[in-house]
Amino acid sequence: MKPVLEIKKVIKTFPGVKALDNVSLSIYEGEIHTLLGENGAGKSTLMNVLNGLYQPDSGEIFIDGKENMFLSPKDSIKAGIGMVHQHFMLVRNHNVLENILLSVEGLKSVLNKKAIRKQVEEILQRFDMDINLDEPMWKLSIGAQQWVELIKLLIRDCRILILDEPTAVLTPQESEKLFDFLGRLRSEGKSIIFISHKMREVMALSDRVTILKKGTTVKELTKGNFDEALLAKLMIGGDDIPKWERREKSIGEDILTISNLSVDNDKGLADLHEFSMELKKGEILGVAGVAGNGQKALAEVITGLKLPKDGYIMLGDCDITKACCRRSMIAGIAHVPEDRKSMGIAPEMSVDDNLILKSYKDPKFRKGFIQNRKTIKKNAERLIHAFDIKAGPPGNPVRLLSGGNIQKVIIAREMSLEPIVLVALYPTRGLDIGSAEYVHKVIVEARAKDMSTILISEDLDELLKLSDRIAVMFRGTLTGIVDPENTTREAIGLLMSGEMTG
Amino acid sequence: MIKFEKRKSTSKLFKTSAPFLAVLLALITAGFILLFAGVNPIKAYSGMLQESLGSAFGISETLLKSTPLILTGLGVSLAFRMKLWNIGADGQLHIGAIGATWVALYSGLQGVFMLPAMFLASFIMGGLWAGVAGVLKAKIRVNEIIVTLLMNYIAISIVSFLVYGPWKDPNGHNFPLTAQFADFARLTSFFNTRLNTGFLLAIVLVFIMYILMEKTLWGYEIKVIGNNQNAAKYAGIKIDRSIIGVLFLSGALAGVAGFSEVAGVQFRLQEGVSSGYGYTAIIVAWLAGRSAIGVLVVSIIMSIILVGGDSLQILMQLPVAFVNLFQGLILFFILASEFFIANKPVLLRSKQ
Repeated sequence: MKPVLEIKKVIKTFPGVKALDNVSLSIYEGEIHTLLGENGAGKSTLMNVLNGLYQPDSGEIFIDGKENMFLSPKDSIKAGIGMVHQHFMLVRNHNVLENILLSVEGLKSVLNKKAIRKQVEEILQRFDMDINLDEPMWKLSIGAQQWVELIKLLIRDCRILILDEPTAVLTPQESEKLFDFLGRLRSEGKSIIFISHKMREVMALSDRVTILKKGTTVKELTKGNFDEALLAKLMIGGDDIPKWERREKSIGEDILTISNLSVDNDKGLADLHEFSMELKKGEILGVAGVAGNGQKALAEVITGLKLPKDGYIMLGDCDITKACCRRSMIAGIAHVPEDRKSMGIAPEMSVDDNLILKSYKDPKFRKGFIQNRKTIKKNAERLIHAFDIKAGPPGNPVRLLSGGNIQKVIIAREMSLEPIVLVALYPTRGLDIGSAEYVHKVIVEARAKDMSTILISEDLDELLKLSDRIAVMFRGTLTGIVDPENTTREAIGLLMSGEMTG
Repeated sequence: MIKFEKRKSTSKLFKTSAPFLAVLLALITAGFILLFAGVNPIKAYSGMLQESLGSAFGISETLLKSTPLILTGLGVSLAFRMKLWNIGADGQLHIGAIGATWVALYSGLQGVFMLPAMFLASFIMGGLWAGVAGVLKAKIRVNEIIVTLLMNYIAISIVSFLVYGPWKDPNGHNFPLTAQFADFARLTSFFNTRLNTGFLLAIVLVFIMYILMEKTLWGYEIKVIGNNQNAAKYAGIKIDRSIIGVLFLSGALAGVAGFSEVAGVQFRLQEGVSSGYGYTAIIVAWLAGRSAIGVLVVSIIMSIILVGGDSLQILMQLPVAFVNLFQGLILFFILASEFFIANKPVLLRSKQ
């Protein structure tokens, strides 16, 4: 059988980095082909080459055996390649149909919405999808938004679909549904390139797996020839994955009490509704839930970025409900924000400056109202060393660092505050295994010093591995708290989807 | 087909040489235009340099012209650092000039207190004028570009109203001018030239603003806010307060430019107290990379062009528009060079 898409010996360099080094990949008709690799292994670059966003320095791309160069995304679309990005490319204020229209080829200047609506409805029917085409995008759940992205590809008859970590934002149930759907697409002869970190999914779905490491293809394996252990080994290159033991220690008294908390968002809808929870001294409290079910609001209220409408938050004996950000920080609450680049750092400023973002007013970093460059630099040197941050030359703007190192900057800064409570949102999202392990290590080590952590994550493996207890959120309420030792993924999944309360 | 890609790193040599290359290209391009106008560009450029730097008088005129540019440039740079687009420096200069004039003519002050009082009046009034935009931005998110721009026209009209109406010099043969300032309300000039202590004041303010923007906690906060508002909020920085403070200080500096013009050069208030300095300040701030020292250097270069441009008008009978064209070309090439510093062109060959 001839491959529909074949990539041969593609090389792509950026100044100083060989992002792709002799990468080859063959995709056949009607297969789900998983691309596996750590962050920085070259997956995104490869996908951007397939999208026509980047042009390789050398190497060849064949479509149906014919050599093809993608000079722009247009060429890639013409060849029948479509991609669902991790961050959806949707117009939030437009309705579903209008969003789909965007990807329809050869539109006339006067739109025939009716015909297209019919076409879309056919696709919806064919795959038993239940989506109201007139609903504005922002009202849709994340899962439904993903369906829209997929419909956008189907309506222009894509033959090769690329999905970049599609399950990162889904509940286990939604993921199952997605997998069913992908299976049906496969049986219709579509080829799917599936990018994921989650071994379980990779095992369940893939017909073939290609492993990338440091820009080169390590191995291509066919179903039956691989298992989780082998894949993990190939991906991280034989390094042992350290395991963190849950600590054998009776948990202390309540350190943070959240009671009946309600928070409204900008649209006046409830992000949190009568939410109550206690955090104990020296525990890691995992918070599971599909992204967008109030986790962000919870973190923002605790860290003082947002004011609650109702309810209160106590840190020890101190009411911090109304405290502004700085006050709650001084009170000992650190925050690893969800979006590290858009909130956690000042991207154009140096690593040194970013490491004092929260403590620049500390007397040790100033003489009166003049900054003390000497101690700021010392502080940076100490943290860069302690947290093994690859910071580049002095004065390097922090945006030039890799994702993992940016996260290390943020965590180093937050931990340097010696907080009582750490609120960490998705602290390992998008990080490679090595960096993620490092983040875990820091959190676990701080627990030994009686720091309490609220770990908000969508990665169940991470939660099960680290948490002393796991709280599950759904639509701004607490649906249950489970003991990670005596629970199953399915049980957590049901709590996450609100179909059960515990 | 040519495509542009973001550079991951830029060599130091390229980064430092690019602006000079840009100015050179602007000179060459302007040279062609001069040729079309029937003027020998080499002669024109040497004439410009001769006029602006070739004599003690020329140098004094150049530095004199740079004074309002430095002051307004500092103000605009400060605001730009926080991504507050204050394009109303010209209006703020006018209001500062009104404040200084009021103190000079109507406060009844005498002697050594006069100049400091005029300075303060211009500082505060320029600051309050821009502060309006600051409060509107901070409290109800009104776009500061619109407010500062439109308030220029109001400020200019107020000056017109005053010099045609209540402040018109009764002994001025009905010209739209205020009375002349008393000697103690004039800045001291040096060596029989028009250059005066206003220039020294500007240098001192460059130094103060350098400290403020680069060394202080507030300067750090301003950088963080300008860089990423979310991060600033997250770090507990009070953004609204800084918006008002920065726009106040930005306007105050432009107001001081009004003071140095009326007390150092014109000795009275009249229409056209600024020849568009507040707008040139935008170019200055941008070319200077929003740094205080940069503003000083760029302002002096700009006034070389302005003063030298005068000689083109007189000696070569070129229209004043040529000076504007020259400024425009330099800005255009510098902006282009910034683009090339950040991006590189890649040649693509199609195999199809």
